[in-house]
Amino acid sequence: MSKDEQTMKAGNTEQMEANGPKEIIERPKWDNKVQYLLTCIGFAVGLGNVWRFPYLCQTYGGGAFLIPYCIALVLEGLPLLHMELAIGQRLRMGSVGVWNSITPYMGGLGVASLLVSFLVGLFYNMILAWILWYFFHSFQNPLPWRDCPVNANLTGYVTECEESSPVNYFWYRTTLNISPNIETSGSIEWWLVLCLATAWCLVYICFIRGIETIGKAIYVTATFPYLVLTIFLIRALTLSGAADGLVYLFTPNWETLKNPKVWLDAATQIFFSLSLAFGGLIAFSSYNPQKNNCERDALIVGCVNSLTSLYASIPIFAILGFKANENYNTCRNINILKLTNAFNIGDENITLENYDEWLNHLNATNPMEVESLNLKTCDLQTFLDQSASGTGLAFIVFTEAVIKMPGSQVWSVLFFVMLFSLGLSSMFGNLEGVLTPLLDLHMVPPWLPKEIFTGLICLTSFTVALIFTLSSGNYWLEIFNSNVGSMPLLIIAFFEIISVVYIYGINRFNDDIEWMSGHRPNIYWQATWRFISPFMLFAVFVAYVVVEAEKRPTYNTWNPNYVHFPLADVLYYPEWVYVICVLLSVIPVVSIPLVAFYHFGRFLKKTIMNRHNQNPYAVEISFGDL
Amino acid sequence: MSRLCVGSSHAYKVRISIKTALGNQAYVWNDNEMYLFRAAMAFALRSYHNGQEFNVSNIMVCNETPRVSFWFVVSSPENSSVLLKKGDVENAIRKSRNRINGAFLLTDQTLEFIDIPPTLAAPVMPVTPPWLIVFGVVMGAVGAGIIFLLVSSLVQSKRKKNKKTLDEDREDMRGIENGLGCDNLGGVYNTTFSDGDKFTPM
Repeated sequence: MSKDEQTMKAGNTEQMEANGPKEIIERPKWDNKVQYLLTCIGFAVGLGNVWRFPYLCQTYGGGAFLIPYCIALVLEGLPLLHMELAIGQRLRMGSVGVWNSITPYMGGLGVASLLVSFLVGLFYNMILAWILWYFFHSFQNPLPWRDCPVNANLTGYVTECEESSPVNYFWYRTTLNISPNIETSGSIEWWLVLCLATAWCLVYICFIRGIETIGKAIYVTATFPYLVLTIFLIRALTLSGAADGLVYLFTPNWETLKNPKVWLDAATQIFFSLSLAFGGLIAFSSYNPQKNNCERDALIVGCVNSLTSLYASIPIFAILGFKANENYNTCRNINILKLTNAFNIGDENITLENYDEWLNHLNATNPMEVESLNLKTCDLQTFLDQSASGTGLAFIVFTEAVIKMPGSQVWSVLFFVMLFSLGLSSMFGNLEGVLTPLLDLHMVPPWLPKEIFTGLICLTSFTVALIFTLSSGNYWLEIFNSNVGSMPLLIIAFFEIISVVYIYGINRFNDDIEWMSGHRPNIYWQATWRFISPFMLFAVFVAYVVVEAEKRPTYNTWNPNYVHFPLADVLYYPEWVYVICVLLSVIPVVSIPLVAFYHFGRFLKKTIMNRHNQNPYAVEISFGDL
Repeated sequence: MSRLCVGSSHAYKVRISIKTALGNQAYVWNDNEMYLFRAAMAFALRSYHNGQEFNVSNIMVCNETPRVSFWFVVSSPENSSVLLKKGDVENAIRKSRNRINGAFLLTDQTLEFIDIPPTLAAPVMPVTPPWLIVFGVVMGAVGAGIIFLLVSSLVQSKRKKNKKTLDEDREDMRGIENGLGCDNLGGVYNTTFSDGDKFTPM
């Protein structure tokens, strides 16, 4: 039997043990193509599309950023995506099974994907727990992050809140109860534990029967965000100041293209945005029928992901423009009030329109007095620059914008449900990247039903993730985010493409795809798979290491006792934390060489034993055969 | 009268922003409004100092500006040249602040007494925080869903097991078509095609 037919046979049926139970366990399959596509799109489209891409666009000169982004998509994103979908569909196994089939030496890739998926799932669900917390609090009037709480003797507001802002206070104190640095662990915040439990229960109920329940849930979780984004788009475009935000976002600043960091960020963004190297995409496509056009699927998923990022950035930046405008007007109104009170001019005689004339007039007549007022210079540009990415965008900047919109509760609920759907559909991929390899490896005792096993995985993840509910939890989450979710993925993806192209064989791979989709991949795929994508991955990895390694890592802390509060106190990580950072990057990928060495050792042992037994008629009797 | 007011260390500054508070429905500040203010002050002092009969004449105003801001002092009802200390006036105003605001349709921010901090409303704390209620609803629904799905899976797998034993019984019957089992036909077992080739691994 040729190796091809052998793997085909192994893929079609699940009869792993010839002496085992005679039933052929059917691999679960998607109800229809739409479910599969929606699940892959849902996995790829996540929180990063909403809060990372718009920030990058704005930081790196708006429209100009789209150029490195598109180049990275075409040269790196789409080829890797096509390869993962094709290999999963062909070999019909999760990540561990797939790499074991190609060659046992590369089995470590599957283990690495499994570990990375597990670690990312831990902190990703914590973010979902925070989203749930804000969602639970959106059913009040007024929204709790609008006003500062009053102090004990009812004479004023809590100092921490007055010095920063109500939104900041609600996020850092009420929600996180954050400690001043990472060494101070504080205690477990019970309210966050409740939210985390809810998040894991919601994930579990969608996952309880594998793709049977995911396939139903995905109809809602993958499409709802688009609906909300459209509603926000319509609303945002009617807000005043929206145009400023959009102009700011899309004004191309061609100078930034000369900065190599832009290219690095574009490459890493497209990579993480498509959720490559997690093993989730391989698992999802393994439930497909083998005769399926995976090339078209890859193009659809990749393009929809990028278009979603673009589509999401429009309402986000329209709303940020509105917020900047509001802040700018508030700043000028404060100045107007100061002038009105100091010079006892009639109430509301100075307006936003005639402010400049009045200021000039007063400066001419009483310059000393005007000077003593310490009027703030209000600049719209400064307010527009105050954007943020990540949790800062969702929980600080956006919540502040929402309280200025009429009907705040509705917008708040819509926004947080949208974020939750985006995150939930990505969690499906993460958990699938953990469960499918374990099930394929038959590490689950057969008497344990799949539902219980899934529940155990969720329970374990919940317990480990309790570290993020400590007072220092946010700092730990940042560490996980920047170490697990970055470098290991680059390494895994690089070895993936090398394995497929050079170990499995690009010609064999081409034959497989021709058999599956009906036509041979064209020159674009050949060129990118063989040379361009591996080279780009390697270059991105080296650049990443160089950029990150040249400075000692620091982190921002929230410390009310800091001299320049509310500015963040920037601290260095202590030694033991730095060691943990390195471990988090290294442990997932160390399985690649470990498994390779293990198999190499066995191979050596076998050849040494064979050389001792020169007798061709010697019988290798093992107890299993008799 | 206003001699006592001007430059007095017991005087309070008041600042009123009617247009900010009422917009289109703003009324014009005139002497009648001023009279109402003095009357409101007298009321506040009367409620604070039970027994002392303050009158409008005890409230003296000076330094009015178009901002609408002015200074006022309070003289004691017994002796009109003795001014009340700042602390007493402050306490009286804080006690009746809401009533004074209400008389002018203004708020703490638009009817300001400089140097008297507003008494902020005590936060209304409901017995159960509303977020716990939403949390309870969501968790309840999810928990019910999980239990339902687990139970239905259990029922389904039991049904499948029963069906499987039925199928197995039917399979056992397959070789006995004519009432004869394969094993009972009598004959010699042909070893040529058996897969007992376990001894030639080459």
